[in-house]
Amino acid sequence: MAHASATEAHAHEHATQEHHGPQGILKYLWSTDHKVIAMQYLFTGMFMAMVGGFMAYVFRMQLAFPGKSVPLFGYVSPGEYNALITGHGSIMIFWVAMPVLIAAFGNYLIPLMIGADDMVFPRINRLSYQIFLLSVLVILSSLFVKGGGFGGAWTSYPPLSANADYNLTPLGSSMWLVAVALEFVAFLLGGINFITTLMNARAPGMKAYDIPMVPWMIVIASILFMLSVGPLFAGAIMLFFDQNLGTGFFDPTRGGDPVLWQHLFWFFGHPEVYVVLLPAVGIVIDIVATFARKKLFGYKTLLYTAVATGVLSFFVWAHHQFIAGIDPRMANIFTVTTLLISVPIAEMCFVIIATLYGGDIRLKVPMLWALAFVGEFLIGGVTGIFLGASGADAYLHETYFVLAHFHYTFFPIAIIGTFAGFTYWFPKMFGRMMNETLGKIHFWGTIIPFNFIFIPLFVLGLDGQQRRIYNFQNFPELQHLQPVRILATISLVVMLFFQLFFFWNVIRSWRKGPKAEKNPWKSNTLEWTTESPPPHGNWPVDEMPKVYRGPYEYNHPDREEDYWPQNLPA
Amino acid sequence: MLHGLITEASSFAGSIDWLIFLVLVLVGFWFILAEGVFFWLIFRFRSRPGHTGQYLTGKEKHIKRWINIPHALVLVCDVVIVIAAIHVWYIVKMDLPPADYTIRVTGQQWAWVFQQPGEDGQLDTPDDIFTTDSLHVEVNKTYQFLLESRDVIHDFSVPVFRLKQDAVPGRTITGWFRPTKTGTFDVQCAKLCGIGHGVMEGSLVVEDQAHHTAWVAKNTPAAAQ
Repeated sequence: MAHASATEAHAHEHATQEHHGPQGILKYLWSTDHKVIAMQYLFTGMFMAMVGGFMAYVFRMQLAFPGKSVPLFGYVSPGEYNALITGHGSIMIFWVAMPVLIAAFGNYLIPLMIGADDMVFPRINRLSYQIFLLSVLVILSSLFVKGGGFGGAWTSYPPLSANADYNLTPLGSSMWLVAVALEFVAFLLGGINFITTLMNARAPGMKAYDIPMVPWMIVIASILFMLSVGPLFAGAIMLFFDQNLGTGFFDPTRGGDPVLWQHLFWFFGHPEVYVVLLPAVGIVIDIVATFARKKLFGYKTLLYTAVATGVLSFFVWAHHQFIAGIDPRMANIFTVTTLLISVPIAEMCFVIIATLYGGDIRLKVPMLWALAFVGEFLIGGVTGIFLGASGADAYLHETYFVLAHFHYTFFPIAIIGTFAGFTYWFPKMFGRMMNETLGKIHFWGTIIPFNFIFIPLFVLGLDGQQRRIYNFQNFPELQHLQPVRILATISLVVMLFFQLFFFWNVIRSWRKGPKAEKNPWKSNTLEWTTESPPPHGNWPVDEMPKVYRGPYEYNHPDREEDYWPQNLPA
Repeated sequence: MLHGLITEASSFAGSIDWLIFLVLVLVGFWFILAEGVFFWLIFRFRSRPGHTGQYLTGKEKHIKRWINIPHALVLVCDVVIVIAAIHVWYIVKMDLPPADYTIRVTGQQWAWVFQQPGEDGQLDTPDDIFTTDSLHVEVNKTYQFLLESRDVIHDFSVPVFRLKQDAVPGRTITGWFRPTKTGTFDVQCAKLCGIGHGVMEGSLVVEDQAHHTAWVAKNTPAAAQ
């Protein structure tokens, strides 16, 4: 009863808000509608992706053509170079992967996929975005303050980050820290919302194992985030005090320990990888099931492997610190846990691949992205084994091999996963179909250059090239590798160029693409049972969906069509 | 496996390269298998006229084993890699063979300072030789190094030795190497340490006994003799 009356009150609120809420542009800035907030996160995240991509372009140009003026930027100084790599890493993880995969898709899809009219805490949701926006403004302005942006890498190791005498960016480094802390607050607020909404606001009939993978994965990711971020948040405050109040938590000359920060950072930093991985996996699974017209191979297996990965991810953090001065015996324990995590991850990949077996696979653009995720992520996964094995990491640590490895995980997650989700739900979000030809040009124009950027970087890493170095001209052993660097940079420029096809496609389809019907992909989940785009409140109040079966009943023998929406009575 | 790319110039470089090769073979097998099956399935079950999808839940035993058997085999591979990794790690980082010479390596923004014994062969005596950004060592001698930092975290990295170790302010970290090849090689700083990180390079000169003895004699401070 309590639930029903809450829903009625909420419906009433929706009705009144439409009449008395803010008008015009303010309507979009001040909305509590989960779909509007999702769009705010999506477009902010995409804007930040352009900023982060531009940074990558500038420092790759410097590496390929050292000392030359970079078009659209100018000469890159060593301080600017450090600020650019720091900004690129921080922005791509905290201001692109997180807002787009968790906040944008989570906000948009969780209520729609579980048949709710909104998040359970719409105002907390609005506050979450507003704090996030503040963090964006802080990180962007930190690049332009006196002394320049922080240049101590996204890991921000003290004493470099703690002392302005060492990093030379007194304002930039504090602002970086404040921006990251604000971002954490925003995602804690968002996470509370996702978890509570999934627990309490599901459509009647939707049992735990009827929930589609996207809400599950985003909620598991939010739980991981909430459990791991606490220590780093405390660490961030301690580091801020070290920077500005003269404390010495991480200063060895005053009894502190710089390695403590590394523990706090990576205790968060490693689960964070899975925080962004899981939503992408959820998106990929939903798309693969839909376009393979196939029931998911092992729903529970997948769910349990996600949970197992999440639990294990709390016990692997020191593999980032094998050679950081920790007791070498400790590395053995973390080698074991790190390699163990390959088991659930491999299982996850096997389940997705096995879902293709017996399917009726349609290679539409969202499916191409989803399959590319699997194909590319496998490279990221297997190269991780080299680094988890302590004996090999003793050499490969901090080389371009590491860089190439995690780009083969993060690029599929944050870029391929996002394009998969965006092209799949675009008809629902904007009520128009995207152009398939432009979509395919964009797909191949992204995937092929992507491999030409990062496969060469594996070679550079094996050859002993270190990361985060402004100019390799000083290292005689690395000079002959310049053509490889130029190849990677040219591939990056080509890949960035092909992103124009994406923007062209989005703008063109948004304005005059063919109108999308309710369920253009013939999918089963609940978001496809409402209008495209869904109205405020998602469904008319008296037509809220009920659920009769799981989300992946494709090609069921008892049914003539090859799909069976969750809301159709038996 | 790496010697085609980069010289192996220390006693443990070969072990690390062997481990990397072992991992490459094992994960390479899984990678090629997984990608092969993946592309074959996409091709085999592509939508075409007259083809329909099947209804499989993943609970069927004869199908489930295609997941379960690889699952177990992955675990076996993990065990093999763990044993090999810990074995190599033990040689490189945990075991500390008796030293012929002990040297001190200090990182600072943005240079490497090397302190090594003069003609008396003892560290921390008045005849120690201090050099900046250039380390001269003798081939086929075991060196222990005491690694320190004066300001921020640096990382003492010698790719041809496959040697890498963070230098942490406030700590003295002990490690070792045994050069096996003469020549001049790169020393890098492998941890971002500020705006001069990219110029914090050094050179490592591995010499035979005669040359090294001559170098030590020439560079031992005169005042101490």
